[in-house]
Amino acid sequence: MSLVDIRGVHKHFGSNHVLKGIDLAVEPGEVVAIIGRSGSGKSTLLRTLNGLESIDAGEIEVDGTALKAHQDSAEQLRSLRLKVGMVFQQFNLFPHLSAGENIMLATTVVQGMDQESARDTAKAMLLKVGLQDKFDAYPDQLSGGQQQRVAIARALAMSPRVLLCDEITSALDPELVNEVLAVVKQLAAEGMTLIMVTHEMRFAREVGDKLVFMYQGLVHEYGDPRELFAQPRTPELASFISSVM
Amino acid sequence: MAYQFDFPAVFDYTDALVTGAGVTLGLTLVGALLGGALGTLGGVVRAWRIHPLDWAFRLYVEVIRNTPFLVQLLFIFFGLPSLGVQINEWQASILTMVVNLGAYTTEIIRAGIEATPRGQIEAAQSLAMNRWQTFRHVVLRPSLQRVWPALSSQVIIVMLGSAVCSQIATEDLTFAANFIQSRNFRAFETYLVVTFLYFLLALLTRQLLNWVGRRFVAPRRPCSPEVR
Repeated sequence: MSLVDIRGVHKHFGSNHVLKGIDLAVEPGEVVAIIGRSGSGKSTLLRTLNGLESIDAGEIEVDGTALKAHQDSAEQLRSLRLKVGMVFQQFNLFPHLSAGENIMLATTVVQGMDQESARDTAKAMLLKVGLQDKFDAYPDQLSGGQQQRVAIARALAMSPRVLLCDEITSALDPELVNEVLAVVKQLAAEGMTLIMVTHEMRFAREVGDKLVFMYQGLVHEYGDPRELFAQPRTPELASFISSVM
Repeated sequence: MAYQFDFPAVFDYTDALVTGAGVTLGLTLVGALLGGALGTLGGVVRAWRIHPLDWAFRLYVEVIRNTPFLVQLLFIFFGLPSLGVQINEWQASILTMVVNLGAYTTEIIRAGIEATPRGQIEAAQSLAMNRWQTFRHVVLRPSLQRVWPALSSQVIIVMLGSAVCSQIATEDLTFAANFIQSRNFRAFETYLVVTFLYFLLALLTRQLLNWVGRRFVAPRRPCSPEVR
């Protein structure tokens, strides 16, 4: 059985039909890159996977926790979110907490870890993203790339089964993109299951195990990234690739 | 006409002035603490639209914001006893200050909470935090930080407004002034001194609130650049 199972997912924003029946399965350890034009529904799809967007039809199952349309109680959402971590385009660090405290907040408050272990975990996570000396720094004292790495460490501290990355390098200055991608690449190498919406086509091709091309609310093409980039099967993907590369 | 100033005639009543200033400060302190707590509750209820409390707070805020402080005070002091609620001038003064400040604070804190960037809440949600945990750990402090200057000003407005509590014989600073000038007939000197004392109290209160803000509301760190 797959780690993540998405079956027949529909989503409307008012009269706008954003997701028109998505089916997708993600195996443990896979790195899935979702690409597509803006408005194709890729971010919305990602956000349904941890319940930030509710779904109107279909079912989402992550590691045995299922979420159906109109069946998303607080308890189900909590159970799902404990398994699914997320990193955002705008980092979304808590500005009133230091980097270390940002990481410790959910481990203590949600998982009930004691201060000591939470501190150790936070330090280990900061070491993992190469920011072991920034424990006491506040978000506005860090560069964008550093903030994003703290955000990754914050998500990892909860030991998620899957990590969702929503255009995590899009808000960064070009020279800061690589330090974040290097962390993601290392996570992929360690066997972390990653689902990422990205505009970094080279990264998707090099690191991705699967490529999902979304077009008008549907999975338009799905397969091995190297094959799809070399030989797109549809004119829509061909034109998308030529417009961004 | 040559007017002979006689300030010693006021300073003969230093005890009364000190006591009055103490009462004014005490009213302000209790009013600010309880009113702040009431306003925080109201701000949350309004921002989260918790029914049916939401409507109750909306009505409460509109009534208080659109009526004079003095009338509120008189209503509580003279009106409530008609309903069988026995209340002395102290209780009436404090209650009025709490009720008045609570209404304004509700609006200020609601604005602070509603200005929380959506992404902050989504980040907390994605970490499996529930609504209450999100509010307590992610929303509250930055919200208070955003509106702290407005809250401080409102506390000072209510402190200065508490002068009308002397109208129901609460022995505050204004009551002391009225008492002193009725004894020494030195209205100019008395009210000048009392005006200056109110000015000092307001400065002092603002400094205190600034300190509380820096120490407990803003992030704890040596230099605190503007939060983005």
